[in-house]
Amino acid sequence: MCGLIGIMDTSGRCFSGHDIVVGISNMEERGNGLGAGFAVYGCYPQYADCYAFHVMYTRPDSRSQVEAFLREHFTWVHAEEVPHQPVTDLPNPPLIWRYFLQLPDSAHLSFQTKGRVPFDEAECVVDRVMRVNTAGLGAYIYSSGKDVGVFKGVGHPQQIAEYFGLEEYSGYLWTAHTRFPTNTPGWWGGAHPFGLLNWTVVHNGEISSYGTNRRYLEMMGYHCTMQTDTEVIAYAADFLMRRQGLPVEIAVRVMAAPLWDEIARMDPEEQALMRALRQVYGPLLINGPFTVIIARQGEMIGLTDRIRLRPLTAAIHGDRLYLASEEAPIRLICPQPERVWTPVGGEPIIGRLGESPREEAVWCVESSLYTCVS
Amino acid sequence: MSLSLLTAEFHVERDEIRCIACQVCVRQCANDVHVYDPDDDRVYSDETRCVGCHRCATLCPTRALTIRCTPQEFRANANWSPSIITSVFKQAETGGVLLTGMGCDQPYPIYFDHILLNAAQVTNPSIDPLREPMELRTFIGRKPEQVGVVQDRDNMRLETRLAPQLVLETPILFSAMSYGSISYNACLSLARAAKECGILYNTGEGGLHPTLYEYGPYTIAQVASGRFGVHRAYLETAAALEIKIGQGAKPGIGGHLPGEKVSEDVSRTRMIPQGTDALSPAPHHDIYSIEDLRQLIYALKEATNYTKPVGVKVAAVHHIAPIASGIARAGADYIAIDGLRGGTGAAPTVIRNNVGIPIEMAIAAVDERLRQEGIRNQVSLIAAGSIRSSADVVKAIALGADAVYIGTAALVAMGCHLCQKCYTGKCNWGIATQDPYLTKRLNPNIGARRLVNLLRAWSLEIKEMLGGMGINAIESLRGNRDHLRGVGLNEVELRVLGIKAAGES
Ligand code: SF4
Ligand code: SF4
Repeated sequence: MCGLIGIMDTSGRCFSGHDIVVGISNMEERGNGLGAGFAVYGCYPQYADCYAFHVMYTRPDSRSQVEAFLREHFTWVHAEEVPHQPVTDLPNPPLIWRYFLQLPDSAHLSFQTKGRVPFDEAECVVDRVMRVNTAGLGAYIYSSGKDVGVFKGVGHPQQIAEYFGLEEYSGYLWTAHTRFPTNTPGWWGGAHPFGLLNWTVVHNGEISSYGTNRRYLEMMGYHCTMQTDTEVIAYAADFLMRRQGLPVEIAVRVMAAPLWDEIARMDPEEQALMRALRQVYGPLLINGPFTVIIARQGEMIGLTDRIRLRPLTAAIHGDRLYLASEEAPIRLICPQPERVWTPVGGEPIIGRLGESPREEAVWCVESSLYTCVS
Repeated sequence: MSLSLLTAEFHVERDEIRCIACQVCVRQCANDVHVYDPDDDRVYSDETRCVGCHRCATLCPTRALTIRCTPQEFRANANWSPSIITSVFKQAETGGVLLTGMGCDQPYPIYFDHILLNAAQVTNPSIDPLREPMELRTFIGRKPEQVGVVQDRDNMRLETRLAPQLVLETPILFSAMSYGSISYNACLSLARAAKECGILYNTGEGGLHPTLYEYGPYTIAQVASGRFGVHRAYLETAAALEIKIGQGAKPGIGGHLPGEKVSEDVSRTRMIPQGTDALSPAPHHDIYSIEDLRQLIYALKEATNYTKPVGVKVAAVHHIAPIASGIARAGADYIAIDGLRGGTGAAPTVIRNNVGIPIEMAIAAVDERLRQEGIRNQVSLIAAGSIRSSADVVKAIALGADAVYIGTAALVAMGCHLCQKCYTGKCNWGIATQDPYLTKRLNPNIGARRLVNLLRAWSLEIKEMLGGMGINAIESLRGNRDHLRGVGLNEVELRVLGIKAAGES
C-alpha cells in the first residue's frame, strides 16, 4: 500500500509545495516512513534549458569520477549540493548534488547511435544517465529532466519536505508519494518519484508483469538499477511516447490494454489498432494492481490497472486538476472542488497545460465503457 | 537361425478364475501375444511378443489381465543395465540399427520438474479466474519494431501493416505428426480439435489428405526435406507453412516411413508409390547454409503472396542460440524448437537417447540470445519436446516461449500408452498404424473430444496459475522468469535458465 497525489495548474501558474505536503501527509496510513518523495515541474526557471541532474552518492568518493564524466560529456552550467536542513530522526541522508548541464554541439560526434540515425539528443542523455547508473559507483542520477526536480528519500513525507525545504520551491505541477515498501528495501534511490529525462512516475502497486516488462525494456536499451518496479513504468512511458512517438492516449492503451472482449465490441478500425498494439507492445502491458501518476512537462496522467485493483480519485477546481489515492487529501487542500469522481479502471485522466481540465477521458475507446462516475 | 538370447520384457498375468475365454485380448493384440486353444478352451500367452501397450488389459471385460515388467532379473550391475545388455543381444542377432518410437526415455534431468512457480500473497492480490477476465490469446508471427498511428481529427488509425499472424485461443498447438506415421483418424481428430479450440495442428511431412482441406485455417503445412505432398494447393490451403530442418528425437538425421505404412491413401497424399519406403534425407538438398534457408523461406512467402507466416522447426542442439538467431534474421516468422525429449514415429534409439539438449535449456538460451541481439520481438518462439502438463506450458512460456507444441501429450489423450513401438505399424490403439483393422479403433469424434477436453483442462489450469501470480494476460507471463525459482539445480544450470534458486527473493 502506498499513497500518491498530484496537483496540476493547467494555466501554468506556479504554486509552492505547501499544498502537496499537506495532502500527502494526510495519507499517513499509506506509508510507513520508509520512503517519500516529490516531483515539481517549473521549479528551475533560471536554468529552464538545462538538464537538471540530481545525483545521489551512496559513496561520497565517487563524486569526482561522476563529475569528470559529466564534464567530459556535457557543457557545465552550474553545480551545487542540493540545499537541505537538519531534520530529527532522518537516518543517514546520502550526499545529493545537482548539476545544470547542456549537451554540447559536439555530442553527436561522440555518441554512437547504434544505427539509430539521425542523432537524437534525448537518446544521448538517456544513454549517459544509464551509463552512470550502471557503472557500479554507488552514484545514481535519479532526476534528469529540464526544469523539473525530484526530491526524495527514506522518511515520512513531512520529513523529506522539511529536509529539502520544499515550501521554498514552486511549480505548476507537483506529484508526491508516500511509501510502504514491500518488495524492495527502503533506500533513498528506491523512493518515488522515479525520474528519467522529463518523466516522473509515482506508483502504488506491485507489478506482476515486472520480469516481462524489464526484459523487454532492457532489450530496448534501458537498465533497471533502482531495485523498484516503478522504474519500468517510467521507461515504458519514455519508450512509447518519446522513442516510438505514440500519443499519450495510445501509450496508456498499451500499459492498461483493453480486454479482448472489449476490443471485439469496437468498430473495425479501432479493433485493428488495438489488436496491433497488443500484438506488438504486449510485453509492456503493466499487469497487477497499480495506480500511477505519470508526469512530464505540461502533462499529468493518472491511470489505474485495467481491473482497477488500486484506488484513484480525481477532482477539478478551476484550472487545477487533482489526482490522489483518496478523496480526503484533496478535500483537505481544496474543500469544495467543482467535481470529484472515481475514474474507471484503465481509463486515463489527462491534464494538459493550456487545456482546462475536463472530467471525461480525453479519448474514449468506447463511450459506454468509459463513462465517468460523477 | 540361431537361438535368440532375448527374454520377454513383460510378464502377462491372466487371472484364470476371472478369465471367461471370451478372446477379446486375442482379437485386440496385433502382436499376437494371446492365443486361444479350442481344445482346452483356454487363452494362453506368448509374452515375448508383448510390448506393454495395455490394450488387452484395458479392454478385458473381466479385468483378468495384468501386464507387469518381467520379474526376470539380470545380475545387478550399475554399469551394464538390462536395456544395454539386451541392446547388444539384439544387434548381435540382427546387425542393424536399433529403432524406437516416441521421445527419449533416459533419466536425464527434467528441468521442468526442478522449476517452481510463484504466487501472489498480500502485497499483490491474486486474481480469481472464475470472476475476473483471464486472457490466453496468443499471436504467432513477426512483429514490427514500431506501430505507426495516424491521427485525423479525433480519430486514430493504424498505419503499420503487420506481417501475417496466427491466432491461438490458448498458447498450445499440436505438433507435427504426419499422415503415414499416424492414422487418418488420428489426423482427423487433431484437425477437428484444433478447429474447435481455435488453435492449429501440423501436417508433419505427410502432405494433406484431400478431406482435411476444410481444416485449412487450422493447419500448419510442413515442408520437409523429402518434400512429400508439397504442391500448390497444399501451400495455399494451410494457415502457415513450416520448414522442417530437424526434430528433437533425431537431430541431424532424416526420416524413414517404412513401406508397410505407405498404404494407397498415404501414397496418394505423399505423392510416392504405394509400399515404397518414404525416406526424408537428413539435410534439405537445397539448404546447405543460412542463406539457402533464407531463399526457401522467401520462396514459400512468394509462393503464397506473403499472406501466411513461414516458420522453421529445428532440433535443440548445442549451438541452438546462434542457430535461432540466424533463422530469425533469415526471415522466419516463428521458430519451433524441439528438445531432447521430443517424440517421433521412428528414430534410431542411439540418436534419440544421446543427441540434443533439453527444451528448457534451449528455450532459455534462445530467448536470452535474441534479446541480447534486440530481435526477440521480431520472431515468435514455439517450444516443443515433451510438454506434459499445463505447468510445463506455463514454465516454458515464463522461460521465454510464445507458445508450445504438444505431440506426445495429444497422442496420450487419444489413447497412446507410450509403448514406443510406433515404427512397427502395429499400434493397438489405432494411432501409429495404417492397418484398417487397427485404425478403426480410434473414433475421430471421440479422439477429437478427448483432445478438446485436454486443452480445456490445461487452459483452465493455466488461468488458475496466472491468476495466482496476479497476472491476467498471457503476454505478461512471457519471458517473465521472475516468477520461476529453481530447486536442486547448480549455479550453471540456474544461470543458463536465467532463474534464481528457491529462497532467493
Ligand atoms: S479379454 Fe480377458 S476375459 Fe477375455 S480372454 Fe482375454 S483375458 Fe480372458
Ligand atoms: S502411438 Fe501406439 S505404438 Fe506409438 S507409443 Fe503410442 S500406443 Fe505405442
